[in-house]
Amino acid sequence: MKKPVLERPVLLDVQGITRLYGPAKGCEAIDFQLHAGEVLGIVGESGSGKSTLLRVLAGLEAPDAGQVLYRRQTDDAGAEEAELDLYAIGEARRRALLRLEWGLVHQNPRDGLRMGVSAGANIGERLMAQGQRHYGQLRATGQTWMRQVELDPGRIDDAPRTFSGGMQQRLQIARTLVTQPRLVFMDEPTGGLDVSVQARLLDMLRTLVRQLGLSVVLVTHDLAVARLLAHRLMVMRRGQVVETGLTDQILDDPQHEYTQLLVSSVLTP
Amino acid sequence: MNGYNFAYLDEQTKRMIRRALLKAVAIPGYQVPFGGREMPMPYGWGTGGVQLTASILGADDILKVIDQGADDTTNAVSIRHFFQRVAGVETTTATTAADVIQTRHRIPETPLRAGQILVFQVPIPEPLRFIEPSEQETRLMHALEEYGVMHVKLYEDIARYGHIATTYAYPVKVDGRYVMDPSPIPKFDNPKLDGNPALMLFGAGREKRLYAIPPYTRVESLDFEDHPFEIQRWEHACALCGSDHSYLDEVITDDQGGRMFVCSDTDYCQSRRGEVA
Repeated sequence: MKKPVLERPVLLDVQGITRLYGPAKGCEAIDFQLHAGEVLGIVGESGSGKSTLLRVLAGLEAPDAGQVLYRRQTDDAGAEEAELDLYAIGEARRRALLRLEWGLVHQNPRDGLRMGVSAGANIGERLMAQGQRHYGQLRATGQTWMRQVELDPGRIDDAPRTFSGGMQQRLQIARTLVTQPRLVFMDEPTGGLDVSVQARLLDMLRTLVRQLGLSVVLVTHDLAVARLLAHRLMVMRRGQVVETGLTDQILDDPQHEYTQLLVSSVLTP
Repeated sequence: MNGYNFAYLDEQTKRMIRRALLKAVAIPGYQVPFGGREMPMPYGWGTGGVQLTASILGADDILKVIDQGADDTTNAVSIRHFFQRVAGVETTTATTAADVIQTRHRIPETPLRAGQILVFQVPIPEPLRFIEPSEQETRLMHALEEYGVMHVKLYEDIARYGHIATTYAYPVKVDGRYVMDPSPIPKFDNPKLDGNPALMLFGAGREKRLYAIPPYTRVESLDFEDHPFEIQRWEHACALCGSDHSYLDEVITDDQGGRMFVCSDTDYCQSRRGEVA
């Protein structure tokens, strides 16, 4: 059977990424392409190298070998398409890219939020880094985004530590999306939340991804999360990709023996 | 004084500090690390400022030392005596007569002139420290001009108090490049940093950093478009000299609630009273 051709342009081109801490510890020779507007799920057991891969992709850790190419498209019809090699551009350029065009959602909201300052300041930080200097506008944007992620805008001046775990995660998502990034990396965004909170968060994420046309690389060990959010899946084991394909195809008709094991070990109530 | 080199520090140390100062002047607002020495006073009493003063002081310089604007408070008196003993230099309380002024927390009200040097004592030189605890990270942020977090602090002030409540150590941007902590001077003194004809040196003894604002350098205080930078104002005039444009201290005079507002700059206040009388 021939797979459907995705006509959307390639946003992220990953070629031969290797980052090993020891034999089979880390990730090895990973190739894939992420298209604009696509949600790619990376699944696998703990220690399979999926978080290492995400760290390399998100510019937090240089790979031993391989390239991460980011193809930016400018909106004008001139179609000036610049290709950036994430680890060949300077650190200043890379950090600016991470701060303005990309986003990273941590598993633990405490890693992604500034716990000492109010929710509004957390949401406004990336805008202020972009040079926005109007308090009234920053605050209005903050409230809009709190509404977007289903938080009470009246709590804009409250510190994140007074929020529950699910609310902190929503706040982190708002803080990341406020600059309208094109590409977002998510590391177990629903980890550590109870099932009903998880469901609502996933629902909200799905809506936002569709509304904003985000491209997402999503790392998770939870196949249910992957099924809900991801268009395409990559299954990793011992640092290597064992199977890739459309989400439904992988979950309903796994080919590789490890994927079969993974899918069959999910408990269904 | 026998047994000591001129101005306490040995010549090698002075040379090292002067070299760091040259670098600091060349890169306005940039924090230059230096090999700070133990001084015969505790950290927090101005060891950074004292080391800078010691290394720039010449035998025929006239020194003035102020603490919170006053010439007669403990810190000012002890540092002045220190340099009288170890350098034998002439000292003064008159701002206009001084070549080198070491200061804690104020800039004199009398405008400085070209050729004067103002030495600040700095407790925490890093303006980003309160929000980013890692030194490695803050240096990187300075290098890459990532100053968004400075405004997070100001935003937080407005969100909590309705206005920018930072009143001292108010962050400034020097020559359009480095964000700098002007030491804990009141923000009332921030406008005096801009385009000042005097050379301004900042020394942090515990943190072993020094930085500088060369004469006539552009210094802007950070703010928001709809919450512009403002200095403190008082409803009172100075009770002693009648000045309505200087920085005032509130002094409690009895236990019945009596109080008076007086200039924090004692030399300025006295010279004004001399003129009036």
